[in-house]
Amino acid sequence: MTATTTDHSRAVADGAHSHGLVPAGSRAERVTSFDLADIPVPSGREEEWRFSPVARLQPLFAETLASDGVTVTVEAAPEVKVETVARDDARLGKAGKPGDRTAVSAWNAVTEATVVTVPAEAVASDVTSVRIDGVSKDATAQHLLVHAERHSEAVVVIDHRGDALLNQTVEVVVEDGAQLTVVSVQDWADGAVHAAAHRSTVGRDARLKHVVVTFGGDVVRITPDATFTAPGGEVEMVGLYFADADQHQEHRLFVDHGVPSCKSRVTYKGALQGSGAHTVWVGDVLIQAEAEDTDTYELNRNLVLTDGARADSVPNLEIETGEIAGAGHASATGRFDDEQLFYLMARGIPETDARRLVVRGFFAELIDEIGVASVEERLLASIEAELEKSMSVITGAPAAE
Amino acid sequence: MPTLEIRDLHVSVETKEGPKPILRGVDLTIASGETHAIMGPNGSGKSTLASALAGHPKYEVTSGTVTLDGEDVLAMSVDERARAGLFLAMQYPVEVPGVSVANFLRTAKTAISGEAPALRTWGKEVRGAMENLRIDSSFAERSVNEGFSGGEKKRHEILQMELFKPHFAILDETDSGLDVDALRVVSEGVNRAKETTDVGVLLITHYTRILRYIKPDFVHVFVDGRIAEEGGPELAERLEAEGYDRYVGTGATMSA
Repeated sequence: MTATTTDHSRAVADGAHSHGLVPAGSRAERVTSFDLADIPVPSGREEEWRFSPVARLQPLFAETLASDGVTVTVEAAPEVKVETVARDDARLGKAGKPGDRTAVSAWNAVTEATVVTVPAEAVASDVTSVRIDGVSKDATAQHLLVHAERHSEAVVVIDHRGDALLNQTVEVVVEDGAQLTVVSVQDWADGAVHAAAHRSTVGRDARLKHVVVTFGGDVVRITPDATFTAPGGEVEMVGLYFADADQHQEHRLFVDHGVPSCKSRVTYKGALQGSGAHTVWVGDVLIQAEAEDTDTYELNRNLVLTDGARADSVPNLEIETGEIAGAGHASATGRFDDEQLFYLMARGIPETDARRLVVRGFFAELIDEIGVASVEERLLASIEAELEKSMSVITGAPAAE
Repeated sequence: MPTLEIRDLHVSVETKEGPKPILRGVDLTIASGETHAIMGPNGSGKSTLASALAGHPKYEVTSGTVTLDGEDVLAMSVDERARAGLFLAMQYPVEVPGVSVANFLRTAKTAISGEAPALRTWGKEVRGAMENLRIDSSFAERSVNEGFSGGEKKRHEILQMELFKPHFAILDETDSGLDVDALRVVSEGVNRAKETTDVGVLLITHYTRILRYIKPDFVHVFVDGRIAEEGGPELAERLEAEGYDRYVGTGATMSA
């Protein structure tokens, strides 16, 4: 087990405090742009690509991408409005600029976008479901804007299935006083390659719960960003992933505290099994000089179930003011604990059930935090299915259908 | 009447330098309702015997037999041994984050008895057993052993012994690290189990202290991986007075 826990509550302002594996320069200095020319195709040596299988993502770096590799189907709550708009719609591009090559490619390649609007003061009575189905392997760009107007409340679940080469932008705008939960489930079939840039802005006293659940696909690389635009905002970012043999699952988060008195919590947990399973978690948090009274904590835990799997975990915290309420991060990657297995089996519990208990226990707290019943149930079922696979490896018995 | 029979048991432990023999021919027979104390200096192999009987993968049985009512225990997996009626109260109980004590107890009980316990009576039984062991009811919702004090962990082990009703219980230094009050509470739990279920007990301890609360029928002195001397309760009294020096001759001492 390797673990680091750091409390920066009493850290001194030293310009760009950061530790662990420090990227070149401050996160604030990273190039962001709507212009393709500003962000070239990466070689794989760049900080933000150094863990990524760049060759497999290559089709998504292109200047032009198709639009028909996925279908988008929205089942909206009655209070929620859904439109398909042209790429020049004024509402698009308001949640920040692209920050890497896939993001800028996606922005430039889309021809239209799906806009989900929760009208001001509306409280959605049901979950709004955005279903994205992969239907061909043409490298495709797709754009979704979820816009929660002031004092609205809603839950939006984006559900990815099938096989696709998808380069996606998800913009999330949470206006003053709104409370929005966005859940993105990557339940792709084998073979899918998916890059997604999630860019969010959170207004005064607004609350965003951003949930990422990644199970399927060959390569999934998601970069959720959140920016506070006014004091009193709160962001909770929750992630859960389960990587099998030869799957690459990468989650790179960035929380930008540029205004005072906002709160962020990041909690990501992942399990890995099988040869070549690779997960990457990078959590960047920037507390700018103006962002006094900031309260932030991020945590990543990885549970390695078998040999041959690799989890990279890199928390980065930059603090430019000493006047903060709290700032810390923790990261730990551990192997499946055989002593836990022995303890449970010594109480008569068969090995498969014992492993299930341990892994479910690992995820339990996180699943409770999601707060969307249908997603929680599906998640538990997906964890069961993943465990069936590892059980068949361990016990030599075929996986149950 | 069930019997646990250990014959000429040799056990090695895996080390970086290769397998290292720890047990060198242990013979022991325990019948239902009997309490056997195994006493010995540190490093004599007492805990290895406990772990090997439960089937811990770190320990390899190189020769000998263990049978429970004639059934070959060594051929059984760890969970099969537990379901056959063996229970090990561990010296260092393991934390299982995210798994509540209530869920754990019910899952284990279901596995051991082959059917889920009746909802109506089970909850009451668990609450009663927890009360007897002075375990606060809030522990039911806490993760197994997580953040428990040393004494709480040991009481949680004896709680399981009372609820799972094994044929044979091996208590691996359950008394170590307990203050007098906790020792009394834990001992009462063991004695309740003895009275109500006729369990055979293998009580592994370094100290004689616990034997004031749990009366052994037989005392075995364990030295260098085998039983060096056997007797009745009077042997424990002699150990109390003389220590282990005369068995090891290396100045190993013992405190009561």
